[in-house]
Amino acid sequence: MPTKSYVQTTINGEMVEFLTEPRQSLLEVLRDTLQLTGAKEGCNDGNCGACTVNMDGRIVCSCLVLGVEADGACIDTIEGMATPEGLHPLQVSFLENAALQCGICTPGFLISSKALLEQNPNPTEHEIRWWLANNLCRCTGYDKIVRAVMDAADRMQAQEA
Amino acid sequence: MKWIDFARPHTVEEAVGLLTERGDRARPLAGGTDLIVQLRTGGHDPDHVVDIKKIPELNELSVCSDGGLTMGAAVPCHRIYNDADVASQYPAVVDAASIIGGTQIQGRASFGGNLCNAVPSADTIPAMIALGACANIAGPNGNRCVQIEDFCTGVRENVLGPGELLVSISFPAPAANSGARYQRFIPRNEMDIAVVGVGAGVTLNDGCFESVRVSLAAVAPTPLFVTEINDELAGKEVNDENIAKAGEIARDAAKPITDMRGTIEYRKHLCDVMTRRVINDAVTRARGGQVDAH
Repeated sequence: MPTKSYVQTTINGEMVEFLTEPRQSLLEVLRDTLQLTGAKEGCNDGNCGACTVNMDGRIVCSCLVLGVEADGACIDTIEGMATPEGLHPLQVSFLENAALQCGICTPGFLISSKALLEQNPNPTEHEIRWWLANNLCRCTGYDKIVRAVMDAADRMQAQEA
Repeated sequence: MKWIDFARPHTVEEAVGLLTERGDRARPLAGGTDLIVQLRTGGHDPDHVVDIKKIPELNELSVCSDGGLTMGAAVPCHRIYNDADVASQYPAVVDAASIIGGTQIQGRASFGGNLCNAVPSADTIPAMIALGACANIAGPNGNRCVQIEDFCTGVRENVLGPGELLVSISFPAPAANSGARYQRFIPRNEMDIAVVGVGAGVTLNDGCFESVRVSLAAVAPTPLFVTEINDELAGKEVNDENIAKAGEIARDAAKPITDMRGTIEYRKHLCDVMTRRVINDAVTRARGGQVDAH
């Protein structure tokens, strides 16, 4: 009789344990087992980026990671982005720049944008568009998202100063 | 839903043992950007997934003492294009690594996986052929090395026998006065599959071509290595007329199909245009110049 795999991982800074069947994706585990429903299932094949999470410092599509692969990893999801003190500057900028309409793609865009600004605090428009090419949005036409990321970069640099 | 088993070996021997024991029912897992989609859509229906990312040899990325590059089969694209040695000595490798999927895919996808997946449009393969790379394979009967141009045997088919595992890819040290380039043609800016892809590696000698390695993607069941271009150009002067001949040879060597990405005529025309562009860029790099990244 096959048994589920035991996985111990860190999600948004907290140690988490779960049981998973080997063929379940990390996205399925996050949403269905751990009730972390911020990451969305869009295409389920790595094109749309709605399921983006940060795994060991790199953004990945959680639909293309097996839950068992999370063992020993550090994963950050949209649920860990705001703190008790308030929203992340990217979240504020997305709201103020109306960088979302239906909102399905937004958690993925926020996780991707956060990783970009961590490694490149002052990206050009071209760098933002290139970095975010793996995140699809069918509402905004992208301009407002790109402007929101540039605005957040300015805010974060002003905070640092 | 069918059950699959999962294993995470820590040595090549252990992985080969598992793959040998399970035969066709087992698949190695590197970045998963092809395999996990295939598990879901039924493209592959294994009983056993062997995650090879914990094996040190599969994660190696280093320039050896002889100047050659060893790239473990599971090394993801982001490590490749962020490596200073690779970026400076093997820019054609970076050309391919930085256009596969988007940032998220590049966080996981590997050259080894792209090679073993063996689709005609694979972006990494022409770059590896242009650079004269070889595949280091471990198996139940020992190790062997296969030139990349001999690795793919059909659409999604490769030379790996039962129990064999692609461990790494070896790139020879760049020769003096050599340069290489990979470009693909797509109707978008990014996140697309090649209509045609062309890799070229040139070595120059005093204003002439010493050798020219050109490989074409997405125009035949396997990536093509067009040796006739070297036959024509070796020893000849580097000029537009000779580079135009290379384009014509590439066009004639291509055996594309018509599909939603392009017709036979369109793809053959692109082989001509792209081969000329890519050889010109490789020459620029051989002379120490820079070309636009994408």
